[in-house]
Formats: sequence, C-alpha cells, structure tokens
Amino acid sequence: MQGLAGVTACSTVLASPPGHTSRPTPYAPRFFTPAEWAFLIAACDRLIPADENGPGALALDVPRFIDMQMGTPYASGAQWYMQGPFVQGPDNLGYQLPYAPRDLYRRGIAGMNAHAATRHGRPFAGLAPALQDDLLHGAENGSMIFGDMPSTVFFDQLLANVMEGAFSDPVHGGNTGLGGWTMLGFPGARADFMDWVDRYGAHYPLGSVSISGETA
Amino acid sequence: MSDDARRLHPVDVVIVGGGWAGSIMAKEMTEAGRSVVMLERGPYRSTAADGAYPASIDELEANFRYKLFQDLSKNTVTIRNNSQQTALPYRRMAAFLPGEGVGGAGLHWSGVHFRMPPDDLRLRTRVIEKYGAKFIPEGMNLQDYGVSYEELEPFFDKAEKVFGTSGEAYMVKGQVVGKGNVFSPSRSDHFPLPALKDVYTAHLFRKAAEEVGFHPYSLPAANASRQYINPYGAQMGPCNFCGYCSGYACYMYSKASPNVNILPVLRRHPLFELRAGCHVLKVELDADGRRATGVTYTDPDGRVVTQPAEMVILTAFQFHNVRLMLLSGIGRPYDPVHNEGVVGRNFVYQNVTTSNVWLDRSIDTNQYIGAGGGGVAFDDFNSENFDHGPLGFVGGSPVWVNQAGVKAIAAARSGGPPGTPRWGSAWKAGVIDTYRHSLRIDAHGANMAYRDVYLDLDPTWKDAYGQPLLRMTFDWKDNDIRMNRYVVDRIGDVAKAMGARRVNLTKREFGKPFDTRQYQTTHLGGGAVMGNDPGTSALNRYLQSWDVHNVFVIGANAFPQGTGYNPTGMVAALAYWAAHHIRTTYLSHPGPLAG
Ligand SMILES: Cc1cc2nc3c(=O)[nH]c(=O)nc-3n(C[C@H](O)[C@H](O)[C@H](O)COP(=O)(O)OP(=O)(O)OC[C@H]3O[C@@H](n4cnc5c(N)ncnc54)[C@H](O)[C@@H]3O)c2cc1C
Ligand code: SF4
Repeated sequence: MQGLAGVTACSTVLASPPGHTSRPTPYAPRFFTPAEWAFLIAACDRLIPADENGPGALALDVPRFIDMQMGTPYASGAQWYMQGPFVQGPDNLGYQLPYAPRDLYRRGIAGMNAHAATRHGRPFAGLAPALQDDLLHGAENGSMIFGDMPSTVFFDQLLANVMEGAFSDPVHGGNTGLGGWTMLGFPGARADFMDWVDRYGAHYPLGSVSISGETA
Repeated sequence: MSDDARRLHPVDVVIVGGGWAGSIMAKEMTEAGRSVVMLERGPYRSTAADGAYPASIDELEANFRYKLFQDLSKNTVTIRNNSQQTALPYRRMAAFLPGEGVGGAGLHWSGVHFRMPPDDLRLRTRVIEKYGAKFIPEGMNLQDYGVSYEELEPFFDKAEKVFGTSGEAYMVKGQVVGKGNVFSPSRSDHFPLPALKDVYTAHLFRKAAEEVGFHPYSLPAANASRQYINPYGAQMGPCNFCGYCSGYACYMYSKASPNVNILPVLRRHPLFELRAGCHVLKVELDADGRRATGVTYTDPDGRVVTQPAEMVILTAFQFHNVRLMLLSGIGRPYDPVHNEGVVGRNFVYQNVTTSNVWLDRSIDTNQYIGAGGGGVAFDDFNSENFDHGPLGFVGGSPVWVNQAGVKAIAAARSGGPPGTPRWGSAWKAGVIDTYRHSLRIDAHGANMAYRDVYLDLDPTWKDAYGQPLLRMTFDWKDNDIRMNRYVVDRIGDVAKAMGARRVNLTKREFGKPFDTRQYQTTHLGGGAVMGNDPGTSALNRYLQSWDVHNVFVIGANAFPQGTGYNPTGMVAALAYWAAHHIRTTYLSHPGPLAG
C-alpha cells in the first residue's frame, strides 16, 4: 500500500521525457540511514544510468523501491531457510551466510564505503563516476570481502533488487511512469494477446499498462 | 511423536499432498465409494482468489518472491555434487521451485502435457536390443518401468480429456490423421482440443526446422485453445496467450489445474474432505512394519494429530514422497556403496539448456506473448528416434521454442548476449536488443540414473518440525553432457536456417558441476521408482510399495530414469493407472498387486 503514494507522485516525473532526467521523486527512506541512502542513490545511478536508450534507475525510483522492499518479510529473510549451522562451501552449492537482505545491505554498504574511504579518502557517493564504477566492478568480481561476506554476495543482491525496481509493476515503488517497461518494449499488464498471437511481424501498437491502470 | 497425538476418526483413504496426483487419486477413490481425507501442508488456494486479474499478474511477487511456491524457511533440502562433499542447505529458491498449497505446483505450472514415449518405458531393454549391454556406461542404473505404452494408453487419454489438452495428433488407431509428431505412437483418440496457434517465434522455428529436414509439431498443451468442459463437468475458457503463465494461477481458467479441473467437483462430494495447512510428519506403521495404520501431521494450530486410515497414498511431490518414505521406514533405504536398497535410488533431473537466437532488428519477436504449454518442438533427437550407435551416449532431447511469456524483470536479469556487461549503458543496449529481437530455443534433455546420484536423509540440518532434511547427491555425468552437446549443435543448424544475426548455443560443460543457483526446471524424478524387481525398485508396477501394501506412492519419483519430456502427463497417467488397479483389484482383495 505504501506504493500507492509513489504512483501518484510519478505523474510529475512523466512530465519530462524519459531519459532526460535522473532526479528521483522526493522520498524519505524508512530503512536506510542518510549515509546508506547516499550510497544507494549513487550506486543505482551507475548500475542503470540514464542515457539515449531510456531512463536510469533514479528516474525510475529504484532506491525508493529498494527501501520499500526492506519493509517486507522477504527482506527479513522470511522466505529463506535460515537455520544453522552456517557452513561455507563451493559457490555452486549456493548462499550459506546467516544474513537476510536487510543485513546484506547494512554490511555491504558499510563495506563499500569503508573501501572507498581507504582507497580514495571519501565515501562512495562522493567519488567521481569512474571511481565508483571501479569499486562496483571490484565488488562484482569478488575482489573485496566485508567481514565474512564476499563482496559478490552484496553486489548480486543489489543488482538483483535494482533490476526488480526498474522493471516491476509500479505498485512496488519503482518503474516510475512505466519507464522501464517502455524502454524494453514490455506491455506490462495487458495480458491479452488473443488477437495478436498470429499477426506475424506486426509491431504491437499499445503502450504499457500497470496493475493500477496507469498507462504509458 | 504419535504417543500424545490426538487421534481422529478413521477414514478409508488418507492422501498426502493436494496437487495433481493427490487430486486425481482423491477423485478416483471417492468415485469408488471410499471416504477420503486429503492433507495439504500449504494454504487453501483457488483460481478465483489467487488468479484474480490484474493483481495476480505481478511478476515481482509471482516469479521473484515465489508467492505460490514452497516455504523454504520451514522445509528445504541439502545438496552436494558427490558423496565426499558436505551437502549444504538449499536456502534460497533458484534451481528448482517446488509448489505448495492446494493444487500444488499444478496451480501454477506451465502446461506442456506429454505422453511418455514407448521406448522410454522400456529403455534398458531397448538399448540392449539395439546396441548391446556393453553400450550402457559403467555406473548407469538403466531400467525399465515395468509398464508398457499400450497398457498406459487409456490413462494418457483420460488425463488429456480431464486436462483439456490442446494438440494435433499424428496417428489415431493406426491411421495417420494429422501433422502431429511423426515419432509419437498411435493414440486411441484425438486430443480433446485443437493445437494452440503458434506464436511468431514458434512459427519461424517451425519453418526453419522443416527446412533443415526435421519434423516439427505443436507442443501438446494443457492450455485450452477453446472453451472446454471436461468429463467431470469442469469448465475452461480459451487461453489468450497472456504471457503470465509459469508461476501464476491462470486468470482465464484456461490452464489445467487441480483447482479448475478437479477440485470444484471433488469438493462437493460428501465422501471427500480437504484439510489445508496440515503438514504430514510420517506414515504410521503397525508393529511389524508391514501395514500402514494412518498418518501423523501438524494441524494449522501446531497440534500433532493422527489420522487413522485403511490406505495411505503419498502424493506430496517427487522428493517429498521419497523423504516421507525414509522418515516412515517404508522400503529399504538405498546404499550407494553396495548399490543395494531402493528408497533414494535413481534420483534424476532434467538436462535442459537454453540457447538464444538474435534475428534482424526489423523483426519484433514479441517475447511477452505466450502460453506456458504452447510452442513448436521436434523430436528427431529424442528418445530412441535416432541411432545412438555411432554417437555413444544413452538418452535424447526434444528441441523446442516454448515461449511461455518473457516478462520485464526476467528479461533484465538475463541481460544481453554473452560478453555484455551485467549493468551500465552497454547492458542496457544489449538487453533492449535481446528482448525485442531474440528468441529462446531449449534442448530439454533426459538425465540418466547413476549409482552415485541419490537421495537420503541429511545428518545435520532439520526442518521447522525437527525432522531431518532430505539430502540430494547430484551431478551431471559425461554421457548426459555429450548428449546435450550433440543436440545443441542441431539447434545451431536451425538457427542458421532462421537467418539468425547472432546465435548463442548454450551447452553443458564437462567438469562443470550442477549449480544450485541457476534456475533449470522443477522436473525432478526418481528416488522411489517403479519396476518389476524389488531389488531395484521401491514400488511395483502399480506404484504400490513392495513392503507396505496399503501404501501407494504417486509422482515423478516413480520414473526409473529421466526422459526428454515434461513429467506431468506421465504422473497423471500413472495416477489413473494405479487408481484403476486399486479400484478393480486392491479394494476387494487388499494385498500385494504384484509379486
Ligand atoms: C514453474 C513450473 C512449471 C512447470 N511446468 C510444467 C510443464 O509445463 N509440464 C509438466 O509436465 N510439468 C511442469 N511442471 C512440473 C509439475 O508442476 C509437476 O510435475 C506436478 O505439479 C507434480 O504434481 P504432484 O501432484 O506430483 O506434486 P505437486 O503439484 O508438487 O503437489 C504436491 C503437494 O504436496 C504437498 N506436500 C508436500 N509435502 C507434504 C507434507 N509433508 N504434508 C502435506 N502436504 C505435503 C505440497 O505442498 C504440494 O501442494 C512445472 C513445475 C513448475 C514449478
Ligand atoms: S497463457 Fe493462457 S493458459 Fe497461461 S495463464 Fe495466460 S491465459 Fe492462462
């Protein structure tokens, strides 16, 4: 239900053409601290930058989506098997840490900021984009470890949630103005192609629609 | 555990699990005049509530928060690649997605609905006839099912009529009648509904496969191509290719599910009772362990309850059936060191890889249009349809375009062509091009059974009720990797004929272990297999426990080895086959049906 406020707010973002704004809808995070929020905004902007192909993660309100997700049972690990013992093994046997998504963000962001500070004397959000990209690549490749948490674990969590935020139904707080779907060419909740299934080669003419009936 | 348990009034039959197998068995047993209690650990579910448009078609909730799937926080499995490793818990949903709740995975499966190929039912015999016993690799436990296609045919037919399956037959009563799969055996009747229309990608694939000289056919789909009323009087609407199929309850009532096709009728039957939120802990046996007396379960309030019954039917899904047998002491557990014992033996999976084909940028592939069971396949390299002699492997693989509807999050996460970064502007360009102009082709191969691939109970990890988790010891073997690589090369030929701009052939790699983090499929099989030899099968050919005659175990656990096809058509036919023999023989003469 939190998402509904966000959906209304997005009409202001729609006023500017997609791809030409990277400003998120004003939003006060509930889970992330100001320092964490600054990291999240900076990282999202690098992971899905605004460019000629369409809006970036900020215009799509991906940080808001992630903050709202942190209030769901998923973020507390309610859907994962979280009984010990926690024994580490080969990567292909899957995730084996005792941390739920909320913990992964807390530890991961602190770890990223600590690495940024050690290497460059500033938190991640204060670095030039090229240095931010270096750190993100490092996290992606596993070149850092945050306590007992390999950086890949944090990076994969972040990237997965960023993609979800940009491309899920706006009811969850992201994909503002259906900008993610429009960019991909995904019609959203249309979900009726009885007349289209065998129009081979024709371009589907209808824009995206969301669960709440918002169109783009 | 059962000492202080509440005891309920006895019933004739208790059924553990409310999915396809459970619903079919419950329907059959009530038709036979028996009182039936069906216990389902998950919540009550219906298409009206869980499939209500538009709230139900939320990709995040359905496919990434697993709204309708098993609650792993309560119960999962542990997995390792070989018996030297420590198996570790499958903590997050990834490689396979077991169902939970009334309807089981049948509420939100895709709908590809096959019959088992005749040769697959007697694969050991067939391979030896064709290539000699030496052809079977060391360590492969190749077996026959102990039942023939001719025996099962009436039950395949019945299942298709209950599911409202759409398809085109090739041969009916020995006469060629249509453009169906030329490798498929003769049928007693047509499919109840005509084949679904081809989506664009399937249409292009069909043309190209024909050009290369293969024999494409429409996938048999339990997604209704027209309005339909099944033999039970249940109604289905026509599928509109909504694209929200796999992982969703069908808002059009077009995808066959226990919830649409069986339960509305069954629930009105006075002899039937459904209890949701009831997790069965074990089957209770009498003092000498030869007869089941009922089951013990935890009810929605957490109380431990015993339900006495004359007969217990396990329909909890493949690996849950195996685990319940192990927890209850039904049948001898498998010992991989000596290759003895049967419960846990011949655990198999599905050997699937998905390749990608990029077409010209003027062509929109509209990947969001699709039905879960729809598409076009060719079987030229499935089963025993081709000469394995010079190739030196056992098993095969159908190849298909089965565009069930690719949605935005899934597209974003699968990204662009190999070598494209996973984020940033290059990712964005790659993913847009891939989503708009590419298609996916699967090699949906069989996985053979091996002596050192098996199921047992984990020594360390427990479920929320304090019972040991099931342990999977599983890896890909060279025979199956070679099969996959051979068939995927044939995809390359078809892609070329499609005029591909770019092709990414995905093949299994030698030495690369099974990876639990990547979604493959929920087509798990074996572990409590059927057969004619109690030394190599846990169940006789009627899916009755060899050891405890009033326990029947229905599910893909009965498959002695994997097959190239999806399992549910066979699971449903086996349910009707077992039910037929229970009704015609067992109920009047309870005792072993084979021996
Ligand atoms: C996304 C997806 C798509 C699929 N698509 C296809 C397809 O296209 N074609 C095909 O052939 N197959 C497909 N399958 C597989 C298909 O869903 C299964 O083969 C089929 O549902 C098996 O039926 P079942 O009755 O054996 O088990 P299920 O449907 O899994 O039902 C078993 C039930 O038992 C319950 N249960 C388990 N343990 C207990 C316990 N201890 N106490 C009480 N209840 C218990 C479970 O909660 C569950 O509801 C798909 C599966 C998935 C997940
Ligand atoms: S694709 Fe067809 S069968 Fe599948 S959910 Fe949509 S309407 Fe139902």
